[in-house]
Amino acid sequence: MNNIYISILIMAVVTYLIRVLPLTLIRKEIKNTFIRSFLYYVPYVTLAVMTVPAIFYATGNIFTGIAGFAVAMVLAFLGAGLLPVAVGSCVVVLVLEILL
Amino acid sequence: MEQKRFWYIRGVRDGLPIGMGYLAVSFTLGIAAKNAGVSATQAGVMSFFNLTSAGEFAALSIIQASGGYLELAVSQLIINLRYCLMSCALSQKLSKETAFFHRFFMAFGVTDEIFGIAVSVPKSLHPFYQYGAMSIAVPGWTIGTILGVISGNLLPLSVVKAMNIALYGMFLAVIIPPAKRNKTLAGIILVSMIVSSLVSILPWIKEISSGLKIILLTVAIAAISAILFPIEEKENE
Repeated sequence: MNNIYISILIMAVVTYLIRVLPLTLIRKEIKNTFIRSFLYYVPYVTLAVMTVPAIFYATGNIFTGIAGFAVAMVLAFLGAGLLPVAVGSCVVVLVLEILL
Repeated sequence: MEQKRFWYIRGVRDGLPIGMGYLAVSFTLGIAAKNAGVSATQAGVMSFFNLTSAGEFAALSIIQASGGYLELAVSQLIINLRYCLMSCALSQKLSKETAFFHRFFMAFGVTDEIFGIAVSVPKSLHPFYQYGAMSIAVPGWTIGTILGVISGNLLPLSVVKAMNIALYGMFLAVIIPPAKRNKTLAGIILVSMIVSSLVSILPWIKEISSGLKIILLTVAIAAISAILFPIEEKENE
C-alpha cells in the first residue's frame, strides 16, 4: 500500500509543473498566426471532446444522460451562466430518474 | 490599487457560479474518494493542491487499485496536459507590465472553467481577476470534496447520479455562448463532438485511455482548424 500523501504530492507537483511552465517560459507575444489560432481553438476543442460522449454515460442511464445534455445545450445557447446550466441539467436528470 | 480591487471583485463575481458548480461536482469526487478508502482530510488536501476534476478522478481509481507512483504521475501528465495548452494561451493574455511572480500564483488556478472566464476577459488579463475567481473556486472545490466524503452516503443514489452531469453542463456553458457569435467556432465544436463520439465506439481506437484521447483529438482538431481558419488579429481581442 502506497502512502496517500506521497501520492497526493506527486499528483500536485506534476499538475503544477504542467500549469506553470508555459506561463513562465513564454514571456513574449507569439506572432505566428498558426500558433495563435491553434491556442485560440484549444479550449473549445478540449472541452467539447471531454463533454461528448462522456456526458451521455455520466448518469449511468443513456436516456437521462442525453436529456441532461439537451437541456444544458439549450440553456447554454440561451445564454444562461455556468451555475444555471449545471443545476438545470442536474434537476432534469433527477426528475427523469425519479419518474422512469 | 484601484485596478487590483476592480479586477479582484470582478473575478469573485464571475468565479461565484464556478465555485457553486465546483461545490456540486467535487461532492461527487468526495463520494468517489470515500469509496477508494481516502479520508476526508486526505481528500481535502488532494483537492486543494490539485484542483482538477478528471485528474483526481483518475488518481482515485489508481489509488484504489494500489497502482504505482509512476503510473499515477503519468496519468496526471496525460490527463492534465491540456492545462499546458491553456497556460500557453494565458501567457498571451498578460500585459508586459504584469510583474513576473504573478505567473507562479496564477498557474495554480488554471482549470477548464477559470481559464474559460479568464481568457474571455476583454484585452489583457489582470492577475487579480484570476485571484478573485480562485478565491471562490478553490474553497468551493475543497469544501465540496470534504463534504462528499463525510455525507455522500446520506444522499439518495438518484441525486448522486444526477449530480454527475453538473461538470459537463458547466463545460457546455463555457463553450456554447461564444460559438453563438462565431459560426466557424460552432462548426469546430460540433465536429469535435462528433469525432470524439466516433473515436469512443470504433474498435482498436476506443482502447486508448480517455486522457490520451482528449490530448490527441485536441491537438489534431485544433491544428487542422488553425490551418483552415486562421484567426485574424482583431478577432482575437
